[in-house]
Amino acid sequence: MNIEELEQIAESVRLENGRFDYELNVCMDLACVSQGSDRLRDALAKAAEASGKKVRVRRTGCMGPCSSGPLVRVDPEETLYHHVTSSQAEAIVSSLGSGPVPELQCDLNEHFDNQVRVVLENAGHIDPEKIDDYIAREGYKALLTALTEMTPLEVIQQITESGLRGRGGGGYPTGLKWATVAKASGDLKYVICNGDEGDPGAFMDRSVMEGDPHRVVEGMAIAAYAVGGNKGYIYVRAEYPVAVARLTTAIREARRRGLLGNNIGNTPFSFDVEIRLGAGAFVCGEETALIASIEGKRGAPKPRPPYPAVSGLWGKPTLINNVETYANIAPIIRNGGKWFSAMGSERSKGTKVFALTGKISHTGLVEVPMGIKLRQIIEVIGGGVPGGHTFKAVQTGGPSGGCIPAEMMDIGVSYDALMAAGSIMGSGGMIVMDDTSCMVNVARFFIEFCMTESCGKCIPCRAGTAQMHTLLTRICNGSGTMHDLDLLVELCATVKETSLCGLGQTAPNPVLSTLKYFKNEYMEHIVNKRCPAGVCNIRPPAPDSYQPACAKQASSSPASPFEVLA
Amino acid sequence: MQPFTPPPLPSDDKRWKIVNGTMRKNGFARSALIETLHTVQSSFGYLDNDAIRFVALSLRVPFSQAYGVVTFYHYFSLKPPGKHTVTICAGTACYIKGSDKLVAAAQERLGILQGQTTKDGNISLMTARCVGACSRAPVMLADGEVAGEVTGEQMLAQLERWTVE
Repeated sequence: MNIEELEQIAESVRLENGRFDYELNVCMDLACVSQGSDRLRDALAKAAEASGKKVRVRRTGCMGPCSSGPLVRVDPEETLYHHVTSSQAEAIVSSLGSGPVPELQCDLNEHFDNQVRVVLENAGHIDPEKIDDYIAREGYKALLTALTEMTPLEVIQQITESGLRGRGGGGYPTGLKWATVAKASGDLKYVICNGDEGDPGAFMDRSVMEGDPHRVVEGMAIAAYAVGGNKGYIYVRAEYPVAVARLTTAIREARRRGLLGNNIGNTPFSFDVEIRLGAGAFVCGEETALIASIEGKRGAPKPRPPYPAVSGLWGKPTLINNVETYANIAPIIRNGGKWFSAMGSERSKGTKVFALTGKISHTGLVEVPMGIKLRQIIEVIGGGVPGGHTFKAVQTGGPSGGCIPAEMMDIGVSYDALMAAGSIMGSGGMIVMDDTSCMVNVARFFIEFCMTESCGKCIPCRAGTAQMHTLLTRICNGSGTMHDLDLLVELCATVKETSLCGLGQTAPNPVLSTLKYFKNEYMEHIVNKRCPAGVCNIRPPAPDSYQPACAKQASSSPASPFEVLA
Repeated sequence: MQPFTPPPLPSDDKRWKIVNGTMRKNGFARSALIETLHTVQSSFGYLDNDAIRFVALSLRVPFSQAYGVVTFYHYFSLKPPGKHTVTICAGTACYIKGSDKLVAAAQERLGILQGQTTKDGNISLMTARCVGACSRAPVMLADGEVAGEVTGEQMLAQLERWTVE
């Protein structure tokens, strides 16, 4: 396979597409499928065949505004239809050539106009299971260009110049990471893609893996060439069966086309990728825990150093990047690092995909340039809070992040600004909360999450999160005291400073940020014994909202020391 | 050194051949433990001691280590699932949209706790950490099929359909 052959494939796809007058692209992402887009696609295909028109019906990855699903886009007109049901399939097909169906037309111009699509450029345009569709949109061109026209060092230089930072949340400069692995000695090096999207409330990586799997594979191959890697692993959550299936197909197709395997593009470079399934452990998003899991062990993290770049998988130098980081690589190589660094803010370059969810009108996936104001994402792109409620806070970074209050909506979204606000960029979950959300309860939810997800290796995290949960539960059900609050603050500092890995070190963030901005809500619970949002069940009896009365009697959980004291 | 011979299959149940196939594909490497356990769970629905022991012996991993892996990861289950499974997503977006009330309602209706199966073995009630359909929160999976923006009535109606069956 060489660049000319890629061009030929792209040309043949264009010829094939030219045989059709219209294309009906149906979003087949999880959210749309849950609203019946699979039946819709079949109905459209049937109607297209019956009509005798030259229509191609194509399934695609996530188009973005999930709340308007199922979505259908008609090309070449680029008309977007929303809330389409199978019964409307015939109307859509018969309208082709005579103007759009007005009642189905989707008016989301503001939603789309403020976005810049780099990672999601193919989403909604290609069939994720067809490698030729990807090639027709300049797929694998970056890989072959890098292999034939660039040295590994030049590839790393481009990445460094682009200013790309890790999209998993930490924001470590990708170029620097690659250079470290490239410098590490050893014949055998591994390249790992972290697709263990454990942050509850985020689904960007799932959408990329499902909607454009080849982009991830290509990014990994380029990375392997740059750092001298021989073997790649994609670590995917078992909860994402479709992503696993799509990636499996993508790897098989790439091998068939000679874009993975031995002597890629007739060069001495050989690289292959395997998939490893996660099994439901949030801590496995931490790189040393992820490595342990690939080795078939319990996902317990190890102290660093040594960093995986020096001694990772089976003791070999290992490069680990997030799905979205790899998805950015091909466009950077194609367009150059300068092109990428022209987007974004001063220290955060490029774009970021966010999963916009919670109490907001247009839920779904959005991709925005770094530095964009939070207000613009929430109010313009997201369409604001529905139902006449008032916006209270937005949670970013999942269980490791924090809540940013309404009065800070004018900060620009970048690694540093979010960090300064007491939250983190995280993998890209953005959960909007309104006046019906209780911030103390939200903090308790995240601590409960960290408590159950703690691997148990180090004591601050294992015992600290459990005690924090007990304290927050007491505050939530109205039995908390000011002493509890002091204890909570003290525990936050201890857990943050003494935990072994990122899970424990960041676990107090949701508590600290809500304490910083919503201390009045804590005080209401403690002093006035009331929940301003009306969420918490102030006693009696209501111990834990997860347990009904019948279950409470049956359970024999030991009373915590705090309950005994009380 | 004696060449390693894997133990015989526990029974002539065809599913063991699938399990063995996964291990053979990975050259009976110890690192294939999680992969193999996934195959066992997808074939049998859960992992019992015999299955874990068989996998541990085949991959030359101590039983304790294999058991440790099974109990570490939430995805693995040591109990057989019910005929039907309702899974309620407890991710952040779903929680904000009230999935805890769904769980409470389901627990009340079925008389079991999350993670348990009704006595007649008909319905299992599970919670998931996040299924990635956050834009349609709250989300429920009825026998694996994703339903978004679920109300309490819809969920109870689904449970009712399964109970009547």
